Amino acid sequence: MSQPLDPMAAAHVSEVAVSVELQTPGMTINIGPQHPSTHGVLRLVAELDGERIVNVEPVIGYMHRGYEKLSEVRTYPQINALVNRIDWVSGFSNEIPFMVAVERLMEIEVPERAQYIRLILTELVRISNHLVFLSSYPLELGASTPLMHALREREHVLELIEGVTGGRFHPNFNRIGGVKPAAGGGSTQKKLAQDLPKGFLAETRAAMDRVFGICDDLDTLVMGNEIFHARTKGVAIVPPDLALEYGVSGPNLRGSGVAFDLRKHENYLPYDKFDFDVAVGENGDCFDRYYVRHEEVRQAARIVNQAIDDIPTGPLQAKVPRVIKVPKGETYVRAENPKGEMGYYVVSDGGRIPYRLKIRSASFSNLSILPWALKGLLVPDIIALLGSLDFVLGDVDR
Amino acid sequence: MPDVMPVAIEINFYVLLVLKILVITGVMLGGLLPVILGELKIGAHMQSRVGPYYAGGRWGWAQPMADGLKFFQKEDLIPTAADRHVYKIAPYLLMVSTLALFVIIPFSPDLIAVDLDLGIFFALAISSLSTLGVLMAGWSSGNKYSLIGGLRAAAQIIAYELPLVLAVIGVVIQAGTLSMVGIVEAQVEMGVPFLIGGQVVGFVVFFIASLAELNRTPFDLPLAESELVMGYLTEYSGFRFAIFFLAEYAGIVAVSAIASTLFLGGYGFWGLDSAVFGPFVLAAKVGILAFLMIWIRWSWPRLREDQLQTLAWKWLIPISLVNIMATSIFKVVF
Repeated sequence: MSQPLDPMAAAHVSEVAVSVELQTPGMTINIGPQHPSTHGVLRLVAELDGERIVNVEPVIGYMHRGYEKLSEVRTYPQINALVNRIDWVSGFSNEIPFMVAVERLMEIEVPERAQYIRLILTELVRISNHLVFLSSYPLELGASTPLMHALREREHVLELIEGVTGGRFHPNFNRIGGVKPAAGGGSTQKKLAQDLPKGFLAETRAAMDRVFGICDDLDTLVMGNEIFHARTKGVAIVPPDLALEYGVSGPNLRGSGVAFDLRKHENYLPYDKFDFDVAVGENGDCFDRYYVRHEEVRQAARIVNQAIDDIPTGPLQAKVPRVIKVPKGETYVRAENPKGEMGYYVVSDGGRIPYRLKIRSASFSNLSILPWALKGLLVPDIIALLGSLDFVLGDVDR
Repeated sequence: MPDVMPVAIEINFYVLLVLKILVITGVMLGGLLPVILGELKIGAHMQSRVGPYYAGGRWGWAQPMADGLKFFQKEDLIPTAADRHVYKIAPYLLMVSTLALFVIIPFSPDLIAVDLDLGIFFALAISSLSTLGVLMAGWSSGNKYSLIGGLRAAAQIIAYELPLVLAVIGVVIQAGTLSMVGIVEAQVEMGVPFLIGGQVVGFVVFFIASLAELNRTPFDLPLAESELVMGYLTEYSGFRFAIFFLAEYAGIVAVSAIASTLFLGGYGFWGLDSAVFGPFVLAAKVGILAFLMIWIRWSWPRLREDQLQTLAWKWLIPISLVNIMATSIFKVVF
């Protein structure tokens, strides 16, 4: 063989000489950032051997909006509007841990009624988020009908949120020391009757009945389907120790069999007053992650029903200074968001704007398991796993 | 004038040929539109939507035609990386192979384009050609998603061709003929369609396998929107895409018609004169089967490639072999 001049050609020739077996070169396929089922702008560079995945490299950052840096030039009340947009499917939940962190630094006691309203809305958002997941996941596996039915019921939940806050996705409803008085309510200290819209409690109960109904529908339509079982059971198993190592949290962690729910362990909202169960999966496969969220919708509806039963009367706002200055100090508050553990590490130097705000978002840690979990699966399993992790790219990149 | 007669016959032959082609194409297109509209409207109602509403003034009945016109207006894009000639031919090949199936479908004892002695054999042979069209489309697009889609389709059709043929063999044994008219007449003579008269298993296997042949849910892996964008159709646009689209629904009608002929008694129905009502009876049966396919499509998720192969090789083929054995024993003993 003559000496090849081109170094690339040399590499090529040596490769050919080394491969003793008959090997076909693998195919590198670029999935995303524009792709029907990467939930936004996730990009996966997958090396395939036929349909089997040899290696996969997730590329993130297409959605980076620099929220942590933006927070350093905004006052605390302004940041509230910002954190809303981190995980846009469950906007309201994102506000809670940040508000609680600021209130703890300022040593403000939030009135009980405001806490209950926060809790009800958080659980409504959880239902809305999980309904999106429960219905779009079958869509990714090829069944398009559950989506329409679940979103129809979710609309009622969104209407409730809109009725209270004025926004469907980005309520920006929390205020430091409580919640915003409803429109036209005037001074909340005096006109207590106007803090929630008229008939809110009755409508909520009706909506919760519909939510229970759609849960039963999904039970038979999706979870009772043989093909759905075949596509999800035993697929992309995440063992509990690995999930803990990677910092996986929320329903994904519970799907792996770890019964860890921050609503039971932290006291950012009065969850200890309510009776609810923590759903836990057995095997850590895609089916378990689906099952856990499915059960969580029912539990969230239970919590909402209990909360509207014994919601106390009282003020919506604690007394706060006109200009919010947070005393020097630092704290970390975490909450059980629909996607998992959401935490804010707030460092204050005593001024009107935070010195530093570190956002711990659930989706980022949940997604980090991807390269490990995808190895050796088939191409359709990429979609099955991606869907079952239920991430939002805004929550990954912030 | 000894030469006149052969010339007249020859002219007659060609006139008849052209007529037959026109009628078959017309019947096919006429039969397609209700099925496409049915897919749109039934799917919509299953999803608690309204579906097409405005086109045509009532129930959106003109929506399939409006869609077709829209496709024909669009630009016919050919990717730079595509293999131009193959890329252009692929949709026509698929369409022709699907259209050819209508040649052997009997609408009444006399209303059939060609009553071949090997009728059903011809249909099975021709339907395999559609694989070639899909494979050509996937290969020539110059797109990795298309390629995977095309290869999936090839693997799928190879796997499901076997149970399809084996399921038909049961019918052929029972009827004692390969001719489509003969098969229907055998059922008319027997008094019940083969579905009731011993070929239930055959029908189920045939129906599942034909879903796979048509790339319908739950076997729509070659298209698999959530994985492969649009599979082998990813790069197609304009009227070439429309031809793929039409071929899919033509396939539904053709396969439903063949299944009705083989298992549901074709044009025959108790107490109705086949010569008059035959086409309507067949159309009704096609409608029922098409509805079943639409129903399945809007209810089920799709299988994975390996599960699809498992279903074909480990379940459908053994079951249809047992069916053939049982039918032959039945035929010999009684």
